[in-house]
Amino acid sequence: MRTLTVFLLSLLFSTLAMAGVRIQHWTAPSGAKVYFVETRVVPILDVQIDFAGGGVFVPAGKSGLAGLTRSMLEAGAADLDEEKIAGRLVDIGAHLGGGVDSDRASVSLRTLSEKLERDAAVDLMRTILSAPTFPQAVLDREKARSIASIREAETRPDAIAAKRFAAAIYPGHPYGTSPTAETVGAINRDDVVDFYRRHYGAQGAVVSIIGDVSRAEAEAIAQRLTEALPPGGASLVPPEVAKPVRATIKIDHPAAQSHVHVGLPAIRRTDPDYFPLLVGNYTLGGGGFVSRLMKEVREKRGYAYSVYSYFAPRKLEGPFEIGLQTKREQVGDALKVVDDVLGGFIAGGPTAKELAAAKKNLVDGFALRMDSNAKLLGYLSTIGFYGLPLTYLDDFPARVKAVTAEQVRAAFARHVKAENLVTVVVAAD
Amino acid sequence: MPALKPSIAAAVLLAGALSAPPALANPFETRLANGLRVIVKEDRRAPTAVHMVWYRAGSIDEKDGTSGVAHALEHLMFKGTRTLAAGEFNKRVAEAGGRDNAFTSRDYTAYFQIVPKAALPEMMQLEADRMANLKLDAKEFASEIKVVMEERRLRTDDNPQSLVHEAMNSAMFQAHPYRRPIIGWMDDLEHMTWQDARDWYRLWYAPNNAYVVVVGDVDHREVFRLAQKYYGVLKPHALPERKPQNEPEQVGIRRISVKAPAKLPYLAMAWKMPKLRDVQKDRDPYALEVLAAVLDGHDASRLAKNLVRGSRIAQSAGAGYDGTLRGEASFVLDGQPAEGKTVAELEAALRAELKRVQDEGVSAEELARVKTQSIASQVYKRDSLMAQAMEIGGTEAAGQSWRDIDTLLEKLKSVTADEVQAVARKYFKDDTLTVAVLDPQPIEQSKPRKPSVAVRH
Repeated sequence: MRTLTVFLLSLLFSTLAMAGVRIQHWTAPSGAKVYFVETRVVPILDVQIDFAGGGVFVPAGKSGLAGLTRSMLEAGAADLDEEKIAGRLVDIGAHLGGGVDSDRASVSLRTLSEKLERDAAVDLMRTILSAPTFPQAVLDREKARSIASIREAETRPDAIAAKRFAAAIYPGHPYGTSPTAETVGAINRDDVVDFYRRHYGAQGAVVSIIGDVSRAEAEAIAQRLTEALPPGGASLVPPEVAKPVRATIKIDHPAAQSHVHVGLPAIRRTDPDYFPLLVGNYTLGGGGFVSRLMKEVREKRGYAYSVYSYFAPRKLEGPFEIGLQTKREQVGDALKVVDDVLGGFIAGGPTAKELAAAKKNLVDGFALRMDSNAKLLGYLSTIGFYGLPLTYLDDFPARVKAVTAEQVRAAFARHVKAENLVTVVVAAD
Repeated sequence: MPALKPSIAAAVLLAGALSAPPALANPFETRLANGLRVIVKEDRRAPTAVHMVWYRAGSIDEKDGTSGVAHALEHLMFKGTRTLAAGEFNKRVAEAGGRDNAFTSRDYTAYFQIVPKAALPEMMQLEADRMANLKLDAKEFASEIKVVMEERRLRTDDNPQSLVHEAMNSAMFQAHPYRRPIIGWMDDLEHMTWQDARDWYRLWYAPNNAYVVVVGDVDHREVFRLAQKYYGVLKPHALPERKPQNEPEQVGIRRISVKAPAKLPYLAMAWKMPKLRDVQKDRDPYALEVLAAVLDGHDASRLAKNLVRGSRIAQSAGAGYDGTLRGEASFVLDGQPAEGKTVAELEAALRAELKRVQDEGVSAEELARVKTQSIASQVYKRDSLMAQAMEIGGTEAAGQSWRDIDTLLEKLKSVTADEVQAVARKYFKDDTLTVAVLDPQPIEQSKPRKPSVAVRH
């Protein structure tokens, strides 16, 4: 394949946009916030529920608790064991998905919209959300599997680099912690039950619904999913992020390629600099083959297959990161090119031509980012969870077009400071 | 066929109604005078279109010494034509608001753009241009082949499970070209020249060895007209003879092992299998597909239920069979043993699952679940233009027609429990089995691999 990164990046810095998508919003009697788009083109229904239940809320020494709590929802609920839950889903052709990231815990459902399948699927989702049993034996097994995969990941250069980078740019903050064999080993059933009760309440829940149902049906679904949730979930505030001090960290590994991350904590999802950084990063390393990093590192010098930059805004300051992998013997040369490109961009910003090209791609490519229910569902949940305006999609093209080169320069100067940049290299000679 | 539950029956009707829209046939196909086929599926849900060009040239068509050239050429197709500068292709796609990429498989090489619908004519013009007018030179090649080597390091050399699969393929196939990795052996990449890539392009890139797939908010008549305008002017040429290169019969189990830095071992077992040759008359390939789905098709399937959740012998376990391909087919069982379990225990557990099917067959409920999954996934596929384009292109690449897609699904649904048991008994003989194992090494004791030849600058 020519490259992996282009699509990935478009997801990471999700650009939410499509004229004419009508988002309906209300608060369910349960207290959950609901975002709904009715579309009848395909006979399917997608539902996602998001809670403030990501890794940032996990107490010290228990890293891994957020993910384990989320996965244990499907391990048993009411009178159903995990085999019955899996079997029922398969019998109606439905899929459960979701997971956790730093901020969120999510449960998503895709089902055929025909009433029989839909009702059965929504009922099952309600049951696992409202009446999980967290069986001890399954918890023990899942902890063991999780520990095994952590130990496996600790041998892989990509995983080592990602973990070390997070720890280095978020010293002392939960955004910087990753599960270890010890922290997962320390999690007991009471921790899981307690985390569930605190974080899976209707008050903090965001329900996103898209597909082949009416407003009245969507209202009933949202209420049904959230009316029996535990009481917690409101006003959860994670600790503040501090900026790291500039540093370079090298880690031994026998890999053929060095894995490089350069970056720092940058912006919150609601930061007014979002659009200047989005547009600017397209030119720097977000625009795939046409970005400066791709041209200089890959196209001109053949140093890397994959090289990219992105901002991943979160509730708090989410990371800005440049990443690449290169033959270990030439990592010093590749890093020098990255330094030059980043330094040049921060100092000078995009040229008029680059700025125009970035805007043209983001505005004209608008329709592409919204051309499926699956993509729209992701955007609905982001708007809901991060409290973005309901007009966000409609405003998007105008916000992109309004960005100036000076705004890009100023935003990069504010958020990407050399004194805070951390470099992590795994498998350096 | 067992009686369907009401909910399943509803889904069947639903899917049936959707796959036969009133009045018009969709997709549409035409063939230009130069041999290029154009397949268009109209889907007007969003103002976008997917444009793909598929060449029937993949690593299966390569020769020893130039493994990886199909994939290397894929990279070079972005390096300019007689009228387009290097990098300009990507730039034009980006400026149109689109995204583009390409991929090489054992059987084909494919290029695609996903664009706002107004940009479709420009995409067709760009693809037609590089079908005939690619500019290849030593300078661009020297830079890009380094990128390909980095890709190999990333995907294979530093990825223990990929190394196992590469070694397994080269052990299970001795004559058949599937023994060579798609990305190419590193030594072949180091000795590849721009002339190798040029020769490949001259041999295989021709309208009579390609087909175009367009899915999206388009009118098929307009797409046919544009195809005639841009692709219709290209000259066809004779293609090289494709020799069968059939693998001689395997007469004995083959076992290999690969050492790499890792913590958990990994096991893969591959049996030679028949592939789909006649969509209407064949039965066994469909039964093998159902067997794979019973073992590993969904969350409630047997390997996850019995080996990961039940006996806890496996950290992960999977099964796969692909019978729609140009070359030789295989059935693979694989997995990682759970901590404290051995590869031998996992192999025994996987064999025991096969034996259960051989002895006891599969249940009506399991068959019904496989059918439900395939019906639902056909409906879900309609949420993605790209998934629909991939389905058409992939079916054509294997030598079937997009017209067979519904038949393939119907045949899958017609498989009986007896047929699944019969193929489980018939094909899983040790004599046609290759077993590959990852032997994990501590990272502290592993040495970096050195380049096999002096580094070029």
